[in-house]
Formats: sequence, structure tokens, C-alpha cells
Amino acid sequence: MSGLALLIPLALLLGLCGLAAFFWSMRSGQFDDLDGAGMRILLDEDDG
Amino acid sequence: MTAQAAVRAAEPVERTVLAVPGVHCAGCISKIEKGLAGVPGLVSARVNVTARQLTVEHAASLQVPDLVAAVERVGFQSQPLTLGTAQAAGGETRQLLRATAVAGFASMNVMLLSVSVWSGAAGATRDLFHLISGLIAIPTVAYSGMPFFRSAWSALRHGRTNMDVPISIGVLLVTSLSLFEALTGGPNAYFDGAVMLLFFLLVGRVLDSVMRDRARDGVTALLKQTALGALVLQSEGPSQWIRAAELQPGMRMLVATGERLAADGEIEVGSSRLDCSLLTGESTPVAAGPGTAVHAGTLNLLAPLTVRVTATGQGTTLAEISRLMEEAGQGRSRYVRIADRAARLYAPAVHTLAACSFLLWLLMGSGVHQSLLIAAAVLIITCPCALGLAVPAAQIVAAGSLMRAGVLVKDGSALERLAEADRAVFDKTGTLTLGRPELVNAADLAPDVKPVLLALAQASRHPLSQAVRRVLSADGVVAAALDGLAEEPGYGVRAYAGGKPVSLGRSAGSSDGMAAAFTDADGITTLLRFEDRLRPDAAETIRRLRDIGIEPSVATGDRAGAVAATLNGLNLTAQTSMRPQDKLDLIARLQAAGHRVLMVGDGLNDGPALAAGHVSMAPASASDVGQNAADMVFLGDSLLPVVKAIAAARRTLRIVRQNFAIAIGYNVIAVPLAFAGVVTPLVAALAMSCSSIIVVANALRLRGAAR
Repeated sequence: MSGLALLIPLALLLGLCGLAAFFWSMRSGQFDDLDGAGMRILLDEDDG
Repeated sequence: MTAQAAVRAAEPVERTVLAVPGVHCAGCISKIEKGLAGVPGLVSARVNVTARQLTVEHAASLQVPDLVAAVERVGFQSQPLTLGTAQAAGGETRQLLRATAVAGFASMNVMLLSVSVWSGAAGATRDLFHLISGLIAIPTVAYSGMPFFRSAWSALRHGRTNMDVPISIGVLLVTSLSLFEALTGGPNAYFDGAVMLLFFLLVGRVLDSVMRDRARDGVTALLKQTALGALVLQSEGPSQWIRAAELQPGMRMLVATGERLAADGEIEVGSSRLDCSLLTGESTPVAAGPGTAVHAGTLNLLAPLTVRVTATGQGTTLAEISRLMEEAGQGRSRYVRIADRAARLYAPAVHTLAACSFLLWLLMGSGVHQSLLIAAAVLIITCPCALGLAVPAAQIVAAGSLMRAGVLVKDGSALERLAEADRAVFDKTGTLTLGRPELVNAADLAPDVKPVLLALAQASRHPLSQAVRRVLSADGVVAAALDGLAEEPGYGVRAYAGGKPVSLGRSAGSSDGMAAAFTDADGITTLLRFEDRLRPDAAETIRRLRDIGIEPSVATGDRAGAVAATLNGLNLTAQTSMRPQDKLDLIARLQAAGHRVLMVGDGLNDGPALAAGHVSMAPASASDVGQNAADMVFLGDSLLPVVKAIAAARRTLRIVRQNFAIAIGYNVIAVPLAFAGVVTPLVAALAMSCSSIIVVANALRLRGAAR
């Protein structure tokens, strides 16, 4: 049972990290152009 | 990858958003972004494929028309959007997504702890787990519950009740009771139920909001711009392009052929034909010369004009019509959505049930605490998931299906209202007809002169030339090479084919402007006749509308003669020569007689009627006023999507009713259990998930609704 003292905070922390990552990606506009993001992979950077 | 170009740091940077409907692949992105990289004054350009928009940061010296021209050089049509429309979108969805993410995170973690409690954790461990659950759940309820609390509070303040009232009371009561349980070491904490309920309902809200955004993006991308500004003659120096909002009476604007007027005014120099269909719905161009009063939004067809501005902004006829529309739209804002109508019955019933169970248990001798717990279980188990989740789920699935069939639905309430329609009023020009001239006697042309005609037609932006080009290009004709091609204002296009003069221009014999004369290299003149034709499937649509019990009729600004010729054979009653106010009165009369009117129209003159109708549709070729006022926009030339949309809306309403029935059936079983006090947090969580999954699965059956 003593392991719980470590595991529960750890689990919550990891969950919070995921939540923070989602918030950050939304704020930085990564969901603004879902179709375009997939297409931009096909573009070559160097000749631009 | 963002196109970058050096710009002097001192110059202020402006942001312009252009709608670029033609963007659809990786090649388009790179073509536009790289193609614009060299334009002087441009700071950055970025394409958004989902929204079909191009966001450009540029120096103030680079003016909007130059930007549009630069995009056109790369090969794309674009229209500038006002910043407000482009940026307002998406903010609400974002807010709801954040709340959903928090609720999702919390419900997963609380569930993890709850599962340990259900599987036998007892004593100190159980109390600890309850406390941790509370620590996660309470901030979550405070944050994620906000959209519901806010809406419930504003409803209560106005003395009404909506779906959010029982949700808010339930969630708050259950959370505070569970907190009490957790602090006093009791066995039943419903934190999981409260958070999960919020999560499910928020998913419903997000779906609803996403649907509205998606349709709005689609409509914005299609918007045909009424003039955003005009080229104004300065007393000294070159003429300058000025935005419509900044035009002043007394200014003199230059209106080129093919441009729309940005303000009301009076013609000073030049004579031309004007296409006023946006205002009047009349398809025939009107002749105008010096001294003629002209209105914002009319299209200049023949020759450049100099117009002295007499009224701008709020003073124009355009603005007058928008005011009419605003007043007409107020009736629709009083419409109560089906979920809220159900909530009016549902909320008092649920609250009475919970109060009864509390009193009953209290009278039977249980303590206040025990009785409150039972009441909370009743509230949790009667969670209005079927209302909050099933209605938006059904509507978004149906809207997605309609979108694939070519109908953009602006919001869920439009589908509900469409299902109730029992009368349909059509505008003629641009709605029943295509709203553009079509060449009717292409068969009279000899095959060997067609390439010459196509080359002449390609050189002009006049609607008749474009009609010729469409027909000939569709036949696979390749344009001939011509010399000395020139557009002559007031006449048409002249050129030389193999040294002999050819021309395409105004026909002396025609009075209505729906004919053109083509002179070929042999000197033979052919009269080309044009007609505004009925949309394909118009007759089929009318017949099928009658089959499903909707009586169609026509209300148009055109004169009786023109209407009779076009509508021949459709077997429709038509009211002619109607002004916007007359159409409005017609709809008001029908609605007063108890009819629910579907208005289908396109022009600015239909705007008030579109806003007043119980529900309204506009073709994608409509003016932007028409598209904004309509609840739905259908793409393509066919009129059949109107019938498809009605059928899909009716199916959606049926599924929503089924979901209500399922929810009632589920409550009939679950409420007595909760009443009896046997609903533990485990049973509540299972029951809630099951009912949500069933109603969503039922909604998914609408995937093929528009076929």
C-alpha cells in the first residue's frame, strides 16, 4: 500500500502533462489547419 | 513553410485574410506561398487548407487589389474577407474543447480511483481515494461546468428554464454531497458520476459547435464579395483605392467593367448597362447614363463609369435591406430548440422526483444525509444525456451526410426547423433558374467559326461572353489565334482573324440586353440569343416536394411576362413584381395562417424573406447577403438538394424522437431503482455510460440520411 503514495501522484502528474501538452498544441494553432498539416509533409523545404 | 520577404522594419504591417476557394492540395499550398514570396511589400503568406483561406501579412503600401492580382497571377481566384468574419470563428469551439479536455482528464483519473473502491478498497484507503477524487473533481466541476452554469444562470435570471438548469443543479448538488461523504468517511461518493456527466455533455456541446464552425467556414469560402472598396479619383495625384467603409459622399469613384459599386451614387460620366439582380432580382440588365441614380451592389456590365457617391455605409439601399433583415430575423430567434422544449417538461419532472424521494425517505425515518444521497442518486441517474448528447450527435451526423450531398447546414436548429416546414416559397431568378444567361442557339453556329467566337468571348468579362465561353469550352472547341484583340467600351470585342475583322458585341435589334451579335471572318452576322434557364431537376424537385406534402409557390421581383415564359410547365402559382417588403408580407401572411414556410432564395432582395422564413435555403451562387441570411446553402446547379435536405431533416427529427423514447424507457427502469435507494455509484456510472452509448449509436444510423 505504501507504493500508492508514489504511484497516485505520479499517475496524476503524467495525466496533467498530457493535458498541458494538449492545451499548448491548441494554443499554438496546431489544430487550425488539420488538412493542410498533412499536405505540407509532401512539400520540399529546401527549394522554397 | 512560410514565404518570407524582406520589408523595411519601419513600415507598419497589415494583416489581410483572403478566401481562396480553389485550394485543395499540397501543390496549391506551395504554388501560392512560393508564388507570393517575391511580391514587394509582402511579409508572410500562409495558406489554411481546411478553411480555404490565405492569411497575408504585408506592408500598408501593398494594397488589397494588388494582393488579389498577385494571387491571380499564381492562378487562383481570391476574395478579401473582413477580419471580423475570419477571426470570430472557432473561439467558442476552442473554449469548449478546453473544458472537455479537462473533464476527460478528470473523469479518467477519478474513474481509476473509483474502480479500486468498487473492487473492495475499504477503510482508510477508501477515504483517501474519495478525498483525492474530490480534489480532482471540484476544480474540474468549477472549470468545465462553467458553460452550463452560465447558460443556466442566464435562463433563470430571465425567468425561463432550459436543459442546463437540471444539469447544473444535479452536478452541483451531487458534488457537494460527495464532498460531505468524502470528508465524513461515508461509503458513497459520486464524483465519478458528476465528472463523467460533464464530460459526455461537453462532447455534445463540442459537436454542436464544430458543426456550426464547419458550415460557417464553408460559407465564408464561398462568399461572393460585394464591392469591398472602390478606386477613387483624387483632385491631384493618382486615383486611390479606398475601402467601402471609408468612402464619403461627394467622392468620385471609377467603376470598371465587371466591377460592383461600393456605394450609392449618381453617374457623372459614361453610359453602360447595369446588372441590378442583386437588388431587384430582375435578370435583365438596365441601361444607365449620366444622371442615373445607382445603388451599391449593382454590377457594371458594359463600359467604365465615373460615379459621384451620394450615400455610403448605413445610408445605402443595401443597408436599408439589412435593417429589414434584422427585424425579420427576430421571429426566428424566438424559436426554441427541441432539446430545450423537452427540457421544459423534463426539468420540473426530474426535480419533483428528486424532491419526492428526499421527502419520502425523510418521512420513512432515514436521516437528512441518507435522504439527500438518495435524491442525488435520482438526479444523477436521470441525467439528460439523451437531450444533451443525443440531439447534437444526431444533428452533426445528419449535417455531415448532407455536406457530402452538397448542402451546408449552419446549425442544428436549422435541421429541426426544416423538418417542420409545410410550405415552400421560391424566388425565381438565381433560385429556380440558374441566374446567369445561357446561350440557347449554339446549334445555329457553323463548326468552323466556333474557335473565333471562343477567342472573342474569352477576351471579355461580360456575362454574355462568359456564357458563350462556357458552352463552347464544354463542346471541346479550342480558341483560334486572333490579332489586334480589343475591348471597345459600350460595344464589345473586336479583332482580326487572318486579316479580316471579326467582332462580338451589342446587338442593335435587341432591347432587353439578352442577345449579342457575332460577325465572323466572312462578314456574316449571327444573332446569339441568351436565356436565364431553369435549373436542372427543377421540375423533378417541385414534383417531389408535393409528394412529401410541401406546397411550393413562387415569389419574384420579375414582371409577369418574363415569369410565365420561364416557369412554363412547372405548374406553380407565382406572385410577380414583388419588392423585398412584399415578400416579407407574403411570408408573414402564410405564417400567420399557421404554415411553416421554407424560403428558398438567393438575391439581396430575398434577404429579408430568407430571414423571416421559418427556415431558409440559398444556392451557393447567391449573393453573400442571401448566403448569410439563409440557414443552409446548397452547392451546384441542381435544385434536388432542397428535397434531400428536407428528407434528411425529417429523418433526423425521427431519430431524435426515438432517442427521447429510449431515454424515457431507460428512466422508467432506472428511476424506481434510484428511488428504492439501491443505486450505488457503480450502478450510476454503468447506467449513464450505457444510455449515452445507446443514443449515440442510434444517432450514427443517420450517416446515409442524405442519400
